[in-house]
Amino acid sequence: MSQHQTPPKDLPEAPSTALTPAGITRRGFLKGAGITAAGTALIEGVQVFQREAVAAAPQNVKEFGPEPFPVTLQINGKAHALQIEPRTTLAEALRIQLNMTGTKVSCDRGVCSSCTVWLDKMPVNSCMTLAIDAVGHHVTTIEGISAADEMHPVQAAFVRHDALQCGFCTPGMVMSCAALLEKNPHPTEADVRYAVSGNLCRCGTYPKVFAATLDAAGQLASKA
Amino acid sequence: MATHTPHSLPDAPLSAATEAAAATKIVSMPIGIPGYTLHEEQRTVPASEPPVLPVNSDLNFIGKSLPRWDGRAKVTGSARYTADVQLPGMLYACFVNSSLPHARVLSVDTTAAESHPGVKGVHVIEQVFGNAVLRDPSLERSKLPIVRYAGQPIAAVAAVSPQAAEEAAAKVKVKYEPLPFVVDADLAREPNAPLVFPGAADQAGTAGGGGSEGGIPQTGNVHGPAVRKQGDAEQGFKDADVIVDARYTTQVQTHSALETHGVVADWKPDLLTVYASTQGTASVREELAGYFKIPKSQVRVITEYMGGGFGAKFGAGNPGVVAATLSRKTGAPVRLMLDREEEHLSVGNRPSSDQRLRIGAKKDGTITAIQLISFGTAGCGTGAGCAGPATNLYKWATLHVEENDVFINAGPAAAFRAPGHPQGAFALEQSIDELAARLNMEPLDLRDRIDENPVRRVQRKIIRESAIWKSRNPRPNADPGPIKRGVGLSQSIWYRHLTMNCGAEVRVHKDGSVEVLSAVQDIGSGIKTVLAQILAEQFGVEAAKISVKIGDTNYPVGPNSGGSVTTASLTPAVRDAAWQAARKFLASVAPALGAMPSDLTLSGGMVRSASGKFQPLAFRAAAAKMNVDEVSAQAKRIPDYDPKKYDTYGGIDVAEVAVDTEAGRIHVKHVLSVHDCGRPINPAQVISQINGGVIQGISYTLFEHRLLDPNYGLMVNANLDKYKIAGSYEVPQVEVQLTESYIGQSSTDASGIGEAAGIISVGAAIGNAFHNATGVRIRQLPMTPAVVLAALNQPQPSMESL
Repeated sequence: MSQHQTPPKDLPEAPSTALTPAGITRRGFLKGAGITAAGTALIEGVQVFQREAVAAAPQNVKEFGPEPFPVTLQINGKAHALQIEPRTTLAEALRIQLNMTGTKVSCDRGVCSSCTVWLDKMPVNSCMTLAIDAVGHHVTTIEGISAADEMHPVQAAFVRHDALQCGFCTPGMVMSCAALLEKNPHPTEADVRYAVSGNLCRCGTYPKVFAATLDAAGQLASKA
Repeated sequence: MATHTPHSLPDAPLSAATEAAAATKIVSMPIGIPGYTLHEEQRTVPASEPPVLPVNSDLNFIGKSLPRWDGRAKVTGSARYTADVQLPGMLYACFVNSSLPHARVLSVDTTAAESHPGVKGVHVIEQVFGNAVLRDPSLERSKLPIVRYAGQPIAAVAAVSPQAAEEAAAKVKVKYEPLPFVVDADLAREPNAPLVFPGAADQAGTAGGGGSEGGIPQTGNVHGPAVRKQGDAEQGFKDADVIVDARYTTQVQTHSALETHGVVADWKPDLLTVYASTQGTASVREELAGYFKIPKSQVRVITEYMGGGFGAKFGAGNPGVVAATLSRKTGAPVRLMLDREEEHLSVGNRPSSDQRLRIGAKKDGTITAIQLISFGTAGCGTGAGCAGPATNLYKWATLHVEENDVFINAGPAAAFRAPGHPQGAFALEQSIDELAARLNMEPLDLRDRIDENPVRRVQRKIIRESAIWKSRNPRPNADPGPIKRGVGLSQSIWYRHLTMNCGAEVRVHKDGSVEVLSAVQDIGSGIKTVLAQILAEQFGVEAAKISVKIGDTNYPVGPNSGGSVTTASLTPAVRDAAWQAARKFLASVAPALGAMPSDLTLSGGMVRSASGKFQPLAFRAAAAKMNVDEVSAQAKRIPDYDPKKYDTYGGIDVAEVAVDTEAGRIHVKHVLSVHDCGRPINPAQVISQINGGVIQGISYTLFEHRLLDPNYGLMVNANLDKYKIAGSYEVPQVEVQLTESYIGQSSTDASGIGEAAGIISVGAAIGNAFHNATGVRIRQLPMTPAVVLAALNQPQPSMESL
């Protein structure tokens, strides 16, 4: 069991190590797993985070918790100061502590991607990402991908194409599709299928998700 | 059993007809399918009914694919679902569930849980909802409910955080007396199998169907048979020139809606407010008022947004009753949302089936006899009947049906999108194809012979002319290589179920704003948009500007959304209310316009004077002249204009598959889905539902399978990582053709699509396509690679005789 220590005062001091020489920690596992189902770049994503983790492999590890301690999360361009327990997932911090409930939780296991948010534009499953691991990254949620009164082109295309039914998977779908267009402005339908391959929709709205995303890409291309 | 006869679903018929019988009028209504069979027929309707709507092409808002009314809220994340509700001081609750599949609970020690930091309340459950109930309760004496499946809730804990609740729940000590259990439906039928119930037990159906009728015999774990005989089937088989006889099996499927079951309950002395993820605000209120013995007027149920429901979300259920109890105990609002594992275990599933189906026919295809003997398990519930398609899809001379439920120690089934029909159609529609082959008839020709439904007839014509059907090689197993292509079809059927007990209020305000209020909930099928379109058509106001207030029992009672009843039931009441509100509106502006109300009309968004007293005036400008601040009208559903006619819906699905005969994989490449739902009010939304039915049907056919470990009685794949549902890679090209079909039954002439589309027919369409590809029949679901390879390596001939 970890001993309680003085909480970190500022962002850079928050622990960011996931790998220890001994192997993979629970948090490290979560870090990698958080990326797996969220779509665009499974292998690439894991590599990015492993590189960072290995590079930061520290000499003296700080431990925090189990009591809550203060962190600051950068969400949709704003700094939010929170008290979190180390076990708090990013989804819990968003939904419960910040009442940003656009991000949904459906399986709580990283397989349905309803909880997809971006960490520095990388789609991740926020149910499998610890809030503490989001410290120092820019978090973007469904509430933040567009300006207040405007819809993101992907959101607008979803409405035009009726690419939603009950809507519970929709924020995650939108985040995966919008992330795809960030990286690949000219996707094929196969690219869209790949981007949402981790996003489950029980209403079965996929055909219109594909059409809407391709349409949004077209609209963005014609504006560019 | 879920053998649906038309009009058998919810609610007693309303006697409004007799009340209003005095004043009627004769109107001429469009009937049939534009481009094929459209004509006019006369109907006698109450004089108070609004004018007959023309066909969709002559309307401005109804029949148009307008954007989903709440689309923006859903894509931006501002839509608030039950899972998102946070109230001041709200507690988080979770269940303590049974770890054993069958046990007597001797004691529940909550001491340690109660002293856990953050815990505010613990409740030991005294009545479990969902399970079948013993007819004679004295057969079983137990202080606490007997555990009949692993995952059955036993107690619940409410705490200040979800983590604290989970930690405390782990400290609840349950002392069990384990009982012998059985989780395999075949073993459960054996004479000495452990008994799930010590005597006969029944599960009531819900607004979505399912359950069983009372009085059915029970022997051991076998609850049945429910028998239906018409004519002498044995003679029918003697009269037959050809008999096809085969056994089909289908698996248990879980609903797996993305928002789990759950509520936020806020108990106050004068009012219990419950936010519920439900398909029926009315059903939740009913159950809570009944359980707590409080007046319905003191229960308010709110469902603003709802994250998916496929039949299992009716009533308050265990989460609703327990959350309300904990809220009463703690004096704080309590949130109780199930986790994904609980969702798989305890709140419903589609029963399995094991069917022996015999069909006898004359050389010309005329069916002389159908016999279906089915066994299926609905866990510790009932409702595994699957004879709907065999009974209702085609003409037969004689019929013999026996449906049996087999109890096992697993979570109770619940209504699931077209209860019984995907199972039944999987068998029937493959056997019909087999019959066609035996008779040297084309599948469509045989169906033309035995199905007189005029809409299906047009749909078969559309299929005949389609590229996908024309591409079908009638000779099975024609491709020489390891990847074999095949095309097959299946029909589906559903019924015109109605909930008469529903209504709406429409208000018009002096500022020109218009609102509609109904307790109906939008479960994702788009009723909000549909209601906005009906008001838009009446008032000539943009649909997006109509204020749609639904999902709250403070408004007039709405239909529970099950059995495809919502649109068919509610829209006529809404149109009637809109029409009456418009009349009141005209009366309220008449004085200022210096006209008699009878001289005024409202159409295309303009108030006009028939006598030309003034230039047409825009609705909004006219509203400013109202002599009151608001006019409003409420209307209830009135009976169908001619209920003797047209009581089925359906369609035909054609699947094109590529079978990898080496790997055993079936790739569904393309589905053509031709379906009808009366007047489609928003075609885009109807197509969305059909896409969903097709994809859910593929998922059921190829992947989904609830697996129970026979040694421990536990479900081994109770999350979405191991319970595979179709994802983006499994989605074929889905091509939908709506059959716009007028039947002259109500002021909107609309109906639902949820059940009829895809889910019923895709399994058999894939089965028939597989046969077309390989020459082999698969009579087992799901068609996993192992099942496919086994079938290819050991083709099972049908039990053909004669």
